[in-house]
Amino acid sequence: MALPDAADCLVRNSWICGKYLSTRRDIILTDLKQHVILTVVAVAIGFAVSVPLTMFVRRFRRAEGLVLGLTSVLYGVPSVALFAVLVPFTGLSGTTVEIGLVTYTLVIFVRNTLAGLDAVPPDVLDAARGMGMGPIRMFLRVEVPLAMPAILAGFRVATVSTVALVTVGALVGTGGLGQELSDAFSSYFKAEALTASVLCVLLAIVADLLIVTVGWFLTPWRRRRSA
Amino acid sequence: MASAAVRVTSWHRLVVYLSTASHWTGQAGILHRLEQHLALTGVSVAIAAAVALPLGLALGHIGRGGTLAINITNIGRAVPTFAVLTLLTLSPVGIGNRSTVIALVLFALPPLVTNSYIGLREVDPEVRDAARGMGMSGWQLFRRVELPLGMPLVMAGIRIATVQVWATATIAALVGAGGLGRLITDGLSSHDEGQLLAGAVVVAVLALIVELVLALVQRRVDPLRRLRAAAATRGVDVIEP
Repeated sequence: MALPDAADCLVRNSWICGKYLSTRRDIILTDLKQHVILTVVAVAIGFAVSVPLTMFVRRFRRAEGLVLGLTSVLYGVPSVALFAVLVPFTGLSGTTVEIGLVTYTLVIFVRNTLAGLDAVPPDVLDAARGMGMGPIRMFLRVEVPLAMPAILAGFRVATVSTVALVTVGALVGTGGLGQELSDAFSSYFKAEALTASVLCVLLAIVADLLIVTVGWFLTPWRRRRSA
Repeated sequence: MASAAVRVTSWHRLVVYLSTASHWTGQAGILHRLEQHLALTGVSVAIAAAVALPLGLALGHIGRGGTLAINITNIGRAVPTFAVLTLLTLSPVGIGNRSTVIALVLFALPPLVTNSYIGLREVDPEVRDAARGMGMSGWQLFRRVELPLGMPLVMAGIRIATVQVWATATIAALVGAGGLGRLITDGLSSHDEGQLLAGAVVVAVLALIVELVLALVQRRVDPLRRLRAAAATRGVDVIEP
């Protein structure tokens, strides 16, 4: 009765295992949820921090090299090293992972938003000024909408790479689906490894499609042109 | 107050760790880990370049497969390195250098293919036409016009791939591979803050050095830059392509 069943995919340690999915459903969903939260928070904070940085560069053009250089240098630090360096300060915690993840989104956001705003044709700005728009209204009604495709492109790259990067958070104990990968490695559990990997990629694809959809609603003029 | 104290002791532990001679030698020493890291990175970049450069350059020369190259890059971004490393380690390939090198090569391919493709495609069509008009064969066009002009972007691909491989080799420590990442994982598991920070600092500083050196090489291989510099000393204006 207690003999292991040869047909049991958990016993055989198969890559694909329905029984694993049904018995460990709650744990998988919890890790997936953590993964989503880590990503959303990192991308949101990253964008929020990038806005004043971008505005600063727009205002003081001489700071452009400095800001882009500094954020690029941070981007160049391997994730494992960045998380590790934060451990003495923020411990083995979600905060450590979030700080790391936010750091990597900065250069993507600043570069894209800046490129988008810089690409607004001067004629358009002249026309807006001629219509009597003030600087704030012009920024919100003309510059931001025209820069929207570039900003959204930044969101896509930042989100997709953050989804992948969250897994490395397993190093410090908060890695969403990365936690499952880490578990799978130490217990040699194939179904767990494959499930977590597939979910990571699916999550990245869904997030990407979501941003594209939001962009479709935010830029109606592009819609008409492509139709 | 408390956090300031933490900071002081942390950096103190780092300095003590780095200035202890025994931490540099031996199987788990910094030098041996560095050697492993360099070997993993070098071998992986070499294999990836041997596969990707001919492919990307050929596609760029005939002008096909552009969307393919860009799609590969986008997919590469969505696949977590840690996932690929774990899957390979649990597959028949098994734990060890082979899995690590395969994963590193996979992640080095997209920037190499994409950049060598774009490098050749970005060559001014008029320059290409002129070369054709001079009676150059396809191979001569590639060898004497497209490749030199595309070189900065090809080199940028090699730089991005190498930096990526360097970082990924660090993640490989999470699945038991050698390399500098082991200083970090070993430091974490033995609660040795000095070792943890030493690993992080060495990995980060070397990553930046690798990036900087390759960025300089990238600038050196730009034929137009040399032309511009030469023209500047002769006081001649170079007409931008």
